[in-house]
Amino acid sequence: MSLTKEAPPAPATEPEVRKPSTRRRLVPYWLLLPGILWLVVFFALPLVYQASTSVQTGSLEKGFEVTWHFQTYWDALTDYYPQFIRSLLYAGTATILCLLLGYPLAYLIAFKAGRWRNLVLVLVIAPFFTSFLIRTLAWKTILADGGAVVDALNTLHVLDVTSWLGWTENNRVLATPMAVVCGLTYNFLPFMILPLYTSLERIDGRLHEAAGDLYATPATTFRKVTFPLSMPGVVSGTLLTFIPASGDYVNAELLGSTDTKMVGSVIQSQFLRVLDYPTAAALSFILMAVVLVMVTVYIRRSGTEDLV
Amino acid sequence: MPVLRWLRRHLIVIAGLLTLAYMILPNIVVMVFSFNKPNGRFNYSWQRFSLDAWKDPCGVADMCGSLSLSLQIAVWATVGATVLGTMIAFALVRYRFRARGAINSLIFLPMAMPEVVMAASLLTLFLNMGAQLGFWTILIAHIMFCLSFVVTAVKARVMSMDPRLEEAARDLYAGPVQTFVRVTLPIAAPGIAAGALLAFALSFDDFIITNFNAGSTVTFPMFVWGSAQRGTPVQINVIGTAMFIIAVLVVLVGQLIANRRKNARP
Repeated sequence: MSLTKEAPPAPATEPEVRKPSTRRRLVPYWLLLPGILWLVVFFALPLVYQASTSVQTGSLEKGFEVTWHFQTYWDALTDYYPQFIRSLLYAGTATILCLLLGYPLAYLIAFKAGRWRNLVLVLVIAPFFTSFLIRTLAWKTILADGGAVVDALNTLHVLDVTSWLGWTENNRVLATPMAVVCGLTYNFLPFMILPLYTSLERIDGRLHEAAGDLYATPATTFRKVTFPLSMPGVVSGTLLTFIPASGDYVNAELLGSTDTKMVGSVIQSQFLRVLDYPTAAALSFILMAVVLVMVTVYIRRSGTEDLV
Repeated sequence: MPVLRWLRRHLIVIAGLLTLAYMILPNIVVMVFSFNKPNGRFNYSWQRFSLDAWKDPCGVADMCGSLSLSLQIAVWATVGATVLGTMIAFALVRYRFRARGAINSLIFLPMAMPEVVMAASLLTLFLNMGAQLGFWTILIAHIMFCLSFVVTAVKARVMSMDPRLEEAARDLYAGPVQTFVRVTLPIAAPGIAAGALLAFALSFDDFIITNFNAGSTVTFPMFVWGSAQRGTPVQINVIGTAMFIIAVLVVLVGQLIANRRKNARP
């Protein structure tokens, strides 16, 4: 760095010491002000507005009024609990599948890829850049009736078993829960792999050698050393997958049917089509509450500082 | 059985590569079907090879308009979120002050909120304010949800920075501005670049929040969504393929530059 060239000869006199020090104390606040203001006005305040909307009654023509009508919450739950349960079930299944599929790949990148590491990382991130809607539509082609995947699963009689379990219907995959879970798993895999990779990469490889020297089998090493040390990645990956998946409605709409609708779909149609704002607000508040409980548990466990 | 033993030994590599294949398969399908000549409106089954869509990528009404709108929004959202996010990241890493915990939570929450909740609540705000939904409401929303990701990316980089470098610059009589522009910024640059790239990708690809707050404005993801119902033109696959190729090139060039820098500085 060629700083010395431009450096001024020397400050003529020391200016008053007091003033800059108070000014310096204010520096972080000036740095924070615009961004935090943005988040308060466009993130926190809207949640307050939504809370007030959820206890309003009225109609679009007559206008809405805050009447502390908590009944809306109860009605919303009794009307839409199937969609709620389905959302949590699909998101949970997709999260577990993401963990099972993502762990080997994250492990591969962290420990086995060697000089291919950057290439594999690029291949994990790059699909992100093709619009996820286009990629989700591609699953329609892949899972289409009479397509290679469905034919193979039929030949292997896998679809008989999954149909019996209620995951598929009539030997097809599209428009069934299986297709929705497949799409969710696919779309949220990178959110699992990247935190897993970050926490695996931090593990000192010598710990594996040490475990081996102490006569631990590879399986024991994994169970007792690697996996516990990767827990921060597992926890944050799980949340980063489960939370967005539970509110997603794109996969359910594109790959599913009316029997696989998730709660996001209901919120969307109540807000944008039915224009029943109180019910929509109550629904999204219930969803948020479920998620907030999980986030709180997560923060207790690992703190916000080392997320992602 | 030697085959079984080989399989067992390489189990992790095989499982990892299968996952990778699962992740890339749709991109390959998108690419292959960009050369399809579909019968009818839907491009879901292979008919015959054709270069028509590649020769005329903007041949579909409104598609390239929505694409350029998405690009504009993504650029401005990236600029906004990167500037605001970098400032927050520096404040959080470099200074100790009260309310740090509360601010950390405020940064973390948007990432931990289902998108549909944020989208719906922002819409209630805009409706209450009587705001005209369109370009500006989309931009406001995008800056809001990209901000946290930029802060996280920049924070990670700034935290690993040695503060003594800046002290050294000050010892060499560099003013605060000079220190920032010539020392701090170049070191933080990779983190800022990563944050900006993430913001761009998130904004460009966002559907749920945009769908709520766009009014009658149509961005590219919304165009794709609409076309899924009306019939998907092959040109969508062309754009998808081009995006994939451009992204791979950008990342590879970035890697090359980073490698060359590393080699140049022994």
